[in-house]
Amino acid sequence: MSSVDTDRGSGIALTGDATDADLATITRNSSVYVYEAPVRLWHWINALAILVLCVTGYLIGSPPPTMIIAEATYQFVFGYIRFAHFAAGMIMTVGFFGRIYWAFVGNSHARQMFKLPLFNGKWWAEVWGEARWYMFLEKKPKKYVGHNPLAQIAMFFFMTVGMTFMIVTGFALYSEGVGRDGILDTVFGPLLDLVGGSQMMHQIHHLGMWAIVVFIIIHIYAAVREDIMSRQTMVSTMISGTRTFKDDDPN
Amino acid sequence: MANTETFYDVMRSQGITRRSFMKYCSLTASALGLGPAFVPQIAHAMETKPRTPVIWVHGLECTCCSESFIRSAHPLAKDVILSMISLDYDDTLMAAAGHAAEAAMMETIEKYKGQYILAVEGNPPLNEDGMFCISGGKPFVEKLKLAAKDAKAVISWGACASYGCVQAAKPNPTQATPVHKVITDKPIIKVPGCPPIAEVMTGVITYMLTFDRLPELDRQGRPAMFYGQRIHDKCYRRPHFDAGQFVEEWDDDGARKGYCLYKMGCKGPTTYNACSTIRWNEGVSFPIQSGHGCIGCSEDGFWDQGTFYDRVTDLTQFGVEANADQIGFAAAGVVGAGVAAHAAISALKSAQNKAQKTPTPTNEEA
Repeated sequence: MSSVDTDRGSGIALTGDATDADLATITRNSSVYVYEAPVRLWHWINALAILVLCVTGYLIGSPPPTMIIAEATYQFVFGYIRFAHFAAGMIMTVGFFGRIYWAFVGNSHARQMFKLPLFNGKWWAEVWGEARWYMFLEKKPKKYVGHNPLAQIAMFFFMTVGMTFMIVTGFALYSEGVGRDGILDTVFGPLLDLVGGSQMMHQIHHLGMWAIVVFIIIHIYAAVREDIMSRQTMVSTMISGTRTFKDDDPN
Repeated sequence: MANTETFYDVMRSQGITRRSFMKYCSLTASALGLGPAFVPQIAHAMETKPRTPVIWVHGLECTCCSESFIRSAHPLAKDVILSMISLDYDDTLMAAAGHAAEAAMMETIEKYKGQYILAVEGNPPLNEDGMFCISGGKPFVEKLKLAAKDAKAVISWGACASYGCVQAAKPNPTQATPVHKVITDKPIIKVPGCPPIAEVMTGVITYMLTFDRLPELDRQGRPAMFYGQRIHDKCYRRPHFDAGQFVEEWDDDGARKGYCLYKMGCKGPTTYNACSTIRWNEGVSFPIQSGHGCIGCSEDGFWDQGTFYDRVTDLTQFGVEANADQIGFAAAGVVGAGVAAHAAISALKSAQNKAQKTPTPTNEEA
């Protein structure tokens, strides 16, 4: 143990969002409580909302075949699809605000998604190291308590930036339905003029959906792969909140 | 034309009864979305105010705005032109031609400095110093600037003057430019549409004359009373949209039954105009009612938004023409295939690693 302490004292291995206390825990082949309950709850609610949003969003762009269940007066199929989309969008938005709040009051890991340490040379070196690990050029990945640097980049661009983009463009479209004299129109309406009209706003919102779909594919694959091949747990961490490490090696 | 002549005087002199005049006032009030309380106000304005001089100029355009305008039913274009305004210059409607016509314009500008309304149909092309549109021997852009200099307000008729329309569609070789980008120091009312609805055109003029001010404009400078809602919001086929009953083919049963044209690329959900409420040709019909989707002609850059028959528009920014779904499917497919290949290599690699590690125990067993 003393050699580890010396290593830490010399300033190495403070990576992957690890705090001093974390590092001491890692080296004992133990687990770290990373994701607090609100973060986990947000993750799964958000995942569910995004699933609903993608499916219903795609159907809004390309509606299901015409259904004749009743007279139009008594049938509301497409209305329900749109309702589900709007409701899930509202839930996602409220959740996202809750998540931002938790970044302030939660533990340090709750903040990782919202920033990139762009001026940290060591972080960039590890981005490259992690990229090499994914290109099969690295035999052994590093240990990470929070997101690894590549994951952090993905989270930042697809979730923090991407979701903000989807919320903003989504509300701009929603404001059209609400009407041109509401608060939503005042806030989001000018964006419609900025992008060149409602039709263009629909298209970029639609493209954003596909970016999220691409993220889902990568995210689920990486989580499962890392769970199997990396040196720490992944999938169970988002359920229990604890990251368990598989070996004792501090590096 | 005596400039103290009021609208009412002119109408009466044409044999229009007071009763008809009052009917006209109440119809105009309702067309403008005003309550009955405004009827006397409109009547009073018509009885007392001098007619407002209007100069109507034509740039790069097809004259469909004029064609629409002269078909206005409430109020009749005849009433507007002959009674409400003093249309002192309009190349296509005036009797005079050539030098006499140009002289009439100069005379109006001189006589009514700061009082006349400039109505612009079409837009000026700016490329090659404006040589792509010559009117009266001079580039149209010069005429526009000259006429706008002393105007009280400018009305941009139609999609051309408001946004550029087809002549400004990519790649816009003549550099056709909407009026508000050339005239920047005057209040401008955009009345987009290709053409705008006749009643909207005359309604805007009526409002300006009655209340002596511009109608309430939205963020883009369009009269809010006519462009405040999407066609979709007031479409009589909306229940079929909410029900999920769509026309799938032009000749299917849904088309005959008048189902929603959303899947056929109707731009009603993204177009702000009054077609679904005021309709066309004295309220007879409008595109969706006749079985064809809205093409979004009153929206900015509607020629550059892909075909009229796609719901998910083609985007040309990527070099090849593809819509958001095609791009998304391709991206998700490439990423999915990449992930699958990566997973396979990962599995092989880890199997390889295990195989390399296992020899020792295998040897021990042996």
